[in-house]
Amino acid sequence: MDQGKHILFRHRDIANLRDLDVYLAHGGFEAFKKAVTTLTPQQVIDEVKNAGLRGRGGAGFPTGLKWSFLTKDSFPRYVVINSDESEPGTFKDREILTHNPFQFLEGAMITAYASQANTIYNYVRGEYWDVVAGLERCVAQLYERGFLGEKLFGTEFKLDFFHHRGAGAYICGEESALLESIEGKLGQPRLKPPFPADKGLYAKPTVVNNTETVTNVPFIIQHGAAAYRQNGTEKSPGTKLFCLSGHIQKPGNVELPLGTTLRELIYTHGGGIRGGKGFKAVMLSGASSVVLKVDDALLDTPLDYESVAAKGAMLGSASVIVLDETVDLSWVILKTTRFFKHESCGKCTPCREGTFWMLSILERINQGGAAKADVDLLQNVASQIQNKCLCPLGEFSVTPVLASLKTFRGDFDARTTDGAPKAAPKSAPKKAAVEAGD
Amino acid sequence: MADQVTLTIDGVSVSVPKGTLIVDAAKRIDNDIPVFCYHPKLKPVGMCRMCLVEVGRVMKDRATGQVVLDDAGQPKVGFGPKLETACTTPVEPGMVVVGASQKVTDARDDILEFLLTSHPLDCPVCDKGGECPLQNLTLRHGPGKSRFVYDEKQKNDKHVPLGGPDDALIFLDRERCIQCARCTRFCDEIADDHVLGFYQRGRKIEIATFSEPGFDSKFSGNTTDICPVGALTTADFRFGARPWELTTSASICNHCPVGCNTTFSTRREAKSGGKQVIKRVLPRQNEQVNEVWICDKGRFGYHFIESPARLTAPLVRKDGKLVEATWDEALTRVAETFKAAGSALVGLAGGRLSNEDLFAFKQAVSGVGGKALLDAPLAGGDLTTVVGVSAGVNSGAGTDLGQIGKGTAILVVASDLEEEAPLWWLRVKAAAERGATLIVANARPTKTDRYAKHVVRYDVGNAVSTLAGMLLEGSSDYATAFAQAENALVFYGREGLDFAGTQALAQACANLLIETKHVGRAQNGLIGVWTTANAQGAAELGLTTTPASPAVLAAARAAWFVGTDPLGDGRLTRKDLPPFTVVQELFLTDTAKAADVVLPAAAWAEREGTYTSGERRVQRFYPAVPAPGATRPDCQIAAEIGKAMGATRFGGFPAQVFLEIARTVPAFAGLNYAAVSKVAPQWPDVGGRDQYYGGASTTNLQGLGVQLPSAAERGTVPQAARAEAPALAHPVGTLLVLPIAKLYDRGATFAPSTLVHPRVPAPFVAINPADAARIGLADGDEAELALDADTVLVVAKVTADAPEGVLLLPVGLGVATPEGPAPARVAKSARVAA
Repeated sequence: MDQGKHILFRHRDIANLRDLDVYLAHGGFEAFKKAVTTLTPQQVIDEVKNAGLRGRGGAGFPTGLKWSFLTKDSFPRYVVINSDESEPGTFKDREILTHNPFQFLEGAMITAYASQANTIYNYVRGEYWDVVAGLERCVAQLYERGFLGEKLFGTEFKLDFFHHRGAGAYICGEESALLESIEGKLGQPRLKPPFPADKGLYAKPTVVNNTETVTNVPFIIQHGAAAYRQNGTEKSPGTKLFCLSGHIQKPGNVELPLGTTLRELIYTHGGGIRGGKGFKAVMLSGASSVVLKVDDALLDTPLDYESVAAKGAMLGSASVIVLDETVDLSWVILKTTRFFKHESCGKCTPCREGTFWMLSILERINQGGAAKADVDLLQNVASQIQNKCLCPLGEFSVTPVLASLKTFRGDFDARTTDGAPKAAPKSAPKKAAVEAGD
Repeated sequence: MADQVTLTIDGVSVSVPKGTLIVDAAKRIDNDIPVFCYHPKLKPVGMCRMCLVEVGRVMKDRATGQVVLDDAGQPKVGFGPKLETACTTPVEPGMVVVGASQKVTDARDDILEFLLTSHPLDCPVCDKGGECPLQNLTLRHGPGKSRFVYDEKQKNDKHVPLGGPDDALIFLDRERCIQCARCTRFCDEIADDHVLGFYQRGRKIEIATFSEPGFDSKFSGNTTDICPVGALTTADFRFGARPWELTTSASICNHCPVGCNTTFSTRREAKSGGKQVIKRVLPRQNEQVNEVWICDKGRFGYHFIESPARLTAPLVRKDGKLVEATWDEALTRVAETFKAAGSALVGLAGGRLSNEDLFAFKQAVSGVGGKALLDAPLAGGDLTTVVGVSAGVNSGAGTDLGQIGKGTAILVVASDLEEEAPLWWLRVKAAAERGATLIVANARPTKTDRYAKHVVRYDVGNAVSTLAGMLLEGSSDYATAFAQAENALVFYGREGLDFAGTQALAQACANLLIETKHVGRAQNGLIGVWTTANAQGAAELGLTTTPASPAVLAAARAAWFVGTDPLGDGRLTRKDLPPFTVVQELFLTDTAKAADVVLPAAAWAEREGTYTSGERRVQRFYPAVPAPGATRPDCQIAAEIGKAMGATRFGGFPAQVFLEIARTVPAFAGLNYAAVSKVAPQWPDVGGRDQYYGGASTTNLQGLGVQLPSAAERGTVPQAARAEAPALAHPVGTLLVLPIAKLYDRGATFAPSTLVHPRVPAPFVAINPADAARIGLADGDEAELALDADTVLVVAKVTADAPEGVLLLPVGLGVATPEGPAPARVAKSARVAA
């Protein structure tokens, strides 16, 4: 994206945007004021619907539609922002929250107005404790300047903003587990239905949106849906933050219109593969990706929700992990599986037991103790988990496994032996302190 | 019916009420969908994923909302790509559920294999083995061979006491646990004791207790029944026997007036010298009484039966000493002396005796002109027989606490239900959750308050006037709510009242029910929270309640104490006894030690009989173990004494006595053991071959009992009467001691259950912080409590639960307590701790 054209990363164009006066000098909170003083909540929802904004947390669900699902005439309502950002390879929200906090806060506040909610909870991953400290200073300033609190802009609208820090659980990025966590309960997903729009936080209608999603909202309200649609594709309008990591020359975040091709993303904005090596595979949505084998057709695929889905993958949070030709997929899958096993909440059987089992097999494979049949067993176990879990976490855990076995089976087979399976040696017991925070 | 939904499950059409879950709909047509986490008494969570089924729904056109029809004109049914959990999915009209397909079988096989990867191979030593849902379902769905490398199994803690190693009633085996959350949900949803939870996550997730003492719940044992594996076991039964060795005998718990249906599991065993012994107590399903639950006192409090201190032979006083005698010798002496005493014979029976015992006792005593009395501290039996809960003679259905909800008012007055009748507490709580209006009136807060719509707090001594006040129209919102309720129940107890006070309170409660027209109909009436299992039966049989006192025995020339120990309770002394005293007992009590003749009785688990519960339900119990030594059932002893005196004309076997009751007592007219033993299908169906429930013996095949019609239903027109309690006064400078009941006490029938001892509190008084500050007492201090002439040492508990000016003193903890409120002084103990 050209200099000066950022929508979400405006701090890259404007110095000190995290200073409230600078933010105000660049049109800050005009969208919020416009919404509260001149628009009805329904008009705000309609504008966001027209803009075609889709949820940036991963699912890509139309945001305006989500807001309109709130159970009618049921109050109080809540807006909950998901800043848990726990997907491996994802670090976009952190940059927003750190460097462009007021645009995020304004977006969340407009969301609250559109949802007729008077309370916003921002659930931030616990590791971002310093980010939360900064955000809380920003929120204090907004109360001082009259952007938060009672009778905003002289209307009857009142709004409060709270932060809640997570305690280090991936599952709390799942919206219902996140709500449980805010309520002070064990972070485990709820049964759906009821959905949060009906019975969410404290069993009241609740909107749960991702940080990046709401950060789009001030632009839409200020400049209109048509202006917003100048970026991106018909079905996936707007810009998207892409997190580049792995074997890439220039890792980091970039903001690009949806529909930018993978080739442009990697070779133009990411500087290509590190050390000029071959581009073997890519994971587009972090650890829960379908691992895609890279070829020309894939490189020319526009990165928008529909085009990626057509390739049998998901754009998700656009956490692009680049894997070069030196990578052994059985090692990558060991990593992702270890992550999911570690993060499984333990509520449902297939995820709790299945991730543990998959990890055992993968450890055998990676340490040379696996028999030939173990690769089939891994495939069996992964298939056994699939479609049986209570929430998406369990399903995510098998996505990279099954995709890699399909495309890169050779990487796994090469590590097996003819003998009987041998259990991987147990790693040395961790220190108690580490164990406690495990 | 409008609210019925028709669907098809595995080709069978079934109609069920709207909102029913697929798993329950299937159960209606005997289609057992396997479950682990689901339990029909708990909210569904869909965690174990075992109940996966294919679900097809009627397809609708998105644009028009019209049902899409196939070529044959039938609604088209579309199946989703994923299997769904039958335990969380409500039925829909036209739904097609498939559970018998290969796809579903494969999915269940998959889930079961997952569960087994972390489950130990210790079925051969597991208490659950033989009645274990996981074991059963492994036979149906389990792989024949493990694909999991054994060395990779995660080893978890076994034998984890939920509590301290000495006070734990429940042990947890974390390796066997399949994380179904039945135990945590039971505690949260049913018992409202939030003491169990999950700790950690993923494969490390485990059950933990975080209360002090651990697993602090009066209902903890129920979790071992509903645990679908052997993860939770009781300290009592663990490693005690294998289920298939056990013989089951139906019984009725005799610790309180609820009348929980139970089952004794017994076996003959070498280590008990080849005797048949009780190994455990399980709940027996009776949806009208205790559903599938019992309290821990009922579960663990049976050990007195096997106490070595039991009396096994008659004793007769010779040369000042009690020596063993034959039954003939003892009975002859008793009958001759009683007959000679005639109207100067006073008989006092305890409320633990069965209907048959009490009737035979009354016949014998009154046959010679003596007075047969029930020795109990709570009056009002004369009123509960008239305005007690109704059997629904005119409506067909009786009073059923399980059916109470919206439109019913429940008043609980002067009783701490959870401590006095735990299962009633569960039932009242559940009724309040279903929408019943709960009014709790007491001088102090109790756990029942949590569910009360109205909490009425009165000063100690004002229970009767508070109730009387409810008759004044519009006097309070709760009085109005009670008066306007379609149905109303009143539970009354004795907290803060002496015996005369309880009579006045019972009358005030009866007046309230009569004046607001809540008598003589099902789901209405008065319930006494009696201190014993069969006080209601005694009242139905016409025994007058009179607590033993020197005055009662003043003119007596002979006394007969059956199942009661007034000397041990401190209500009588040796000098109050008449010239000839007979005690009929299980143990050599203080009263027995002072007696001239001691007759050894069989415990209720050693003979048959019936109890009448507080809800006026006659329920039958059966012999589980043989009676020790020469002991005989109380009714047999009483009938033999009566016969020898020429007062009794019927045989002493319980069934014979019961027929005599039915012949002569109007409330029992037409009853016999066969009628009381009838069963009917119950819903939910949680017994037998069912996979829902862990325990083996919950199925009720031995009787649901029969509710007695109240006198009001039989034509008596109940009349309100004057209800006034004697004024309460205590000298300035003293505090008022308020005796309160505790479930766990040191009573003779509970103390032999030694495993519960660590949970029985040391004698204490609860004192208000303001009083404590004035007196200079701190929480945990040893205090001297001066009551009348006695001074006792107790622990001071400083708590706002004690009203100012009042000391709460638990009954039955080894410290003599007054009958009702009494003045007392308390001071910090001068004794220096050693």
